Amino acid sequence: MNAASWGWLVLLFPLLGSIFIGLTFRRIPPKAAGLVGIAAIAAAFICGIAAVISLQGEPAESRHVADSLWTYASVGGLSIDLGIYVDPLSAFMVLVVTGVSSLIHIYSYSYMKSDAGYHRFFSYLNFFVFSMLLLVLAGNFVLLVVGWAFVGFASYALISYWYRREAATRAGMKAFVINVVGDIGLVLAAILIFRELGVIDYGAVFEKAPEVFTTTNEWTAVAICLLLLVGAFAKSAQMPFHTWLADAMEGPTPVSSLIHAATMVTAGVYLVARAHPLFELAPAAADVAAIVGLVTLLVAGTIAIVVTDLKRIIAYSTMSQIGYMFVAVGIGAYSAGMFHLMTHAFFKALLFMAAGSVIAAMANIQNIDRMKGFYKAMPFTAAMLIIGALALSGFPGTSGWFSKDEIIDFAAFRGGWYEIFAIGGYIGAFMTAIYSFRIIFRILPGPPCEEAAHLIETGHVVHGEPVNPATGEKEDIEVGYPGEDHHIAEQAMGMKIGMSVLGFLALVGGLVQIPGVTEVITHFLEPTFEDSPLAAMHPTVAEAWKGLAKGAVISVVGIAFTWWLYIGRPSVPETLRRTFSPIYTLFINKWYGDEIIDFLIVKPVKGFGRFANNWFERYAIGGLTNGTIAIVRSASGAVRDLQTGMLRGYALLMAVGTVAILLYFLIRGL
Amino acid sequence: MAIEWYLVLSAMLFSIGFAGVLVRRNPVVVLLCLELMLSGGALAMLSFSRLHGDGDGQVFVLMVLVVAAAEVVVGLGLVVAMFRRRIPLDVDEMKELRG
Repeated sequence: MNAASWGWLVLLFPLLGSIFIGLTFRRIPPKAAGLVGIAAIAAAFICGIAAVISLQGEPAESRHVADSLWTYASVGGLSIDLGIYVDPLSAFMVLVVTGVSSLIHIYSYSYMKSDAGYHRFFSYLNFFVFSMLLLVLAGNFVLLVVGWAFVGFASYALISYWYRREAATRAGMKAFVINVVGDIGLVLAAILIFRELGVIDYGAVFEKAPEVFTTTNEWTAVAICLLLLVGAFAKSAQMPFHTWLADAMEGPTPVSSLIHAATMVTAGVYLVARAHPLFELAPAAADVAAIVGLVTLLVAGTIAIVVTDLKRIIAYSTMSQIGYMFVAVGIGAYSAGMFHLMTHAFFKALLFMAAGSVIAAMANIQNIDRMKGFYKAMPFTAAMLIIGALALSGFPGTSGWFSKDEIIDFAAFRGGWYEIFAIGGYIGAFMTAIYSFRIIFRILPGPPCEEAAHLIETGHVVHGEPVNPATGEKEDIEVGYPGEDHHIAEQAMGMKIGMSVLGFLALVGGLVQIPGVTEVITHFLEPTFEDSPLAAMHPTVAEAWKGLAKGAVISVVGIAFTWWLYIGRPSVPETLRRTFSPIYTLFINKWYGDEIIDFLIVKPVKGFGRFANNWFERYAIGGLTNGTIAIVRSASGAVRDLQTGMLRGYALLMAVGTVAILLYFLIRGL
Repeated sequence: MAIEWYLVLSAMLFSIGFAGVLVRRNPVVVLLCLELMLSGGALAMLSFSRLHGDGDGQVFVLMVLVVAAAEVVVGLGLVVAMFRRRIPLDVDEMKELRG
C-alpha cells in the first residue's frame, strides 16, 4: 500500500466513528461510545504512522503522493477532484493531530463521564478530527475550503456543546461568524488562484505560479496571499480576528485542549506553510503574516498577564504562541514553525487538561483568585501543571525551549529589519514566563482554599451548585450541562493516562530537534520545502546554541521575577496594578478588541439594518408595492369571480392548462 | 446508459411531486413535493447537458438550486408564521384570497 491509501484510511476511521456514535445515541452504553471514539482515532494514528513509513521508503525527491477517488465537478475548464496530497508536511500534521487527539479522547473518556450527552460529545469530537484531517490532507484548494468549513462547524458545535447555557451558544455563534469571514477570504483566494493560474490542485498551482507571476510582489499574487491570510488569521485567532478564542473557552475543557489549543487554531500556520511557494512570490504578504503574528504575540501576552480566569489565561497564551508560529512561517522558518506547532500542541493540551482537573476540583469555578494550595490537594495535577508551564515558558531542556528559540534565532539570523521579530520574540518570551508561572504561584502554594481543603480531608470533590461559572446563570440540569459529578486526574484513570503521556512529550519532545545533534523535524520536512531558498538558510550550530542560551536566561529570569512578585513580595502586584491603573485597565479589557469590532462593524451594520427597516422598507419598497396593489386591485375587479381560493384547485387548473397547450402543439406538429 | 432512463426517472420524480401537491393538504408536505418536482426538472436538464456535452444545463441547475433554496426559505417562513398565529396547517383552510 502506498502513502495515499494510508491517507484515505486516516480519513475513513474518524468519519466512520463519528457516524456510528451519532447513530447509536442512547442505544449503546456511553462507555462503548467512548471506546469506539478512542479506537477510531487510534486507528487513524496508526494509519498515519504507516503513511509516514511508506513515505520514508521513497527517495527524497519523490516523497509526495497525490491521489483522487473521483472527479466531483468538471465544467468550464475547471476540474475538481476528491483528492488528497500526502507529503512530509501533511503527514507531519496528521501525526500531530491524530496523536494529540487520541490522548485527548482518552482524557475525555473520564472527564465527561457524568455528562448526559456523552455520545453527542464523542460524535462531534470524531467529526472534528475527520474535518481537521480532511483540511490537512486535501489535495486542492477546493477540498481545503471544505475541510476548513467543516472544522469551523465542529468548533461551533463543540463550543455550544452545553447548549442550555446562553453564554455558550453566544460564544459558539461568535466563533462561527468570525470564522465564516475567514472562509470567505479563503474562497475568494481559491477563485483568484483559478482565475490567474487555471488550476486548483496543489502540485499544479505551485508549479505554475512562478511561470505566471514572473516578478516578485505582483499584485495578484499579493492579493491571493492576503486573502489566504484572512482565512488563516480568522481560524488561528490572530488580530484583528482574535476575539472569538477567549469566548470559545465556554466549551468543555477537552474541547479547549484539542480544538482551541492543539489542532484547529494552528490550521492557519499550516496553510501558510503549505502555500509557501505562493508566499515566496509575494514577500510583502509574508511580511504581513509575520507582523500580525508579532503584534498578536505581544498583545495577547499582555492580556494573559492580567486576566484571572484560568482557562482564558491559557487561551490568550495560545494566541500568543500561535503568533510565534506566524512569525516563523512569515519570515521563512517553516520547519521551526511546524516544530513549535508540535511542541505547543503537547504542552498547551497538557496545560488545558491540568486546568480542567483543577476546575473540576473547584466545582467548575475558574477564577484563579479563589484557588489556593492545590499542591497538597492534587500532587499529580500540580506536577503536570508545572511541567506544562516549564515547557511553555521555555525552561532549558524542555520542548518549548528548543522550538521557540529556533524561531527567534532564525529571525536574528535573517538580519536587517527582521531583527525586530527577534527582539519582540524575546519580550514575548519574558511575558510567557510571567503569565505561565503566575498560574503556578497563585494556585499551587499557600494554605488550601475551601475546595482544596475539602479534597484533602475527605478525598472527595466538592459538589457545587449547578451554575455557569462565567456568568452565574443557573443551569438547566436536565441535559446540556456538565453533569453533577466532577472528575479529577487523581481519581480518573483516563485523565491520568492522557496527561502523563503528554507531560512526558512536553518534557522531552524537544530532543528530536537539538541543533547540530538530531534535527529530525528539519530533515523530515526537507522534501516539502526543498524548492524554497529561505528554508535552505540556516543559522550555524554555534549561533543556534547562543540563541538557546539567551532564551534560557530570559526564561529563568522571568520565572524568578514571577516568584519574587507572587511569593517573595505578594504586595507588589497590587501596588503595580494601582500605579499603572490606565495600562491595567487597557489590558484587563483586552485592549478593547471586542468594543472596537463592535464600533467599526457591528454598529454600522445594525444602523444600516435600522435604516433599511424604518425608512427604505417603509417608503421606497412600501410605496412601490402599495402603488402596484392599488393598480392591480382596480384592474382585477372584472375577473374576481374566477378566484375560488382553493390552492389545490389552482394547481390542478394550471396543470390542465399546461398539458392542454403541450398537447395542442404536439398534435399540430404531427 | 441511454438517456431514456434518466428522463423516465425525471418524469417519475416530477409526477410523484405533482401528485403530492394535488392530494396533500399539509403545507410542509406540499413544499416537500414542490422540491421533488424541481429535482425532476433539474435531473432532465442535467441529462440533456451531459447528452449535448456542454455546461449550460449544469449552470441552469445551479440557478434552480438557488431559487429552490430561496423558495423554501420563504415557504417555511410562511409556515412558521401560520403556526405562530395558530392558523391550522391546511392549505384548504386558507381561502382568504377568494375573490
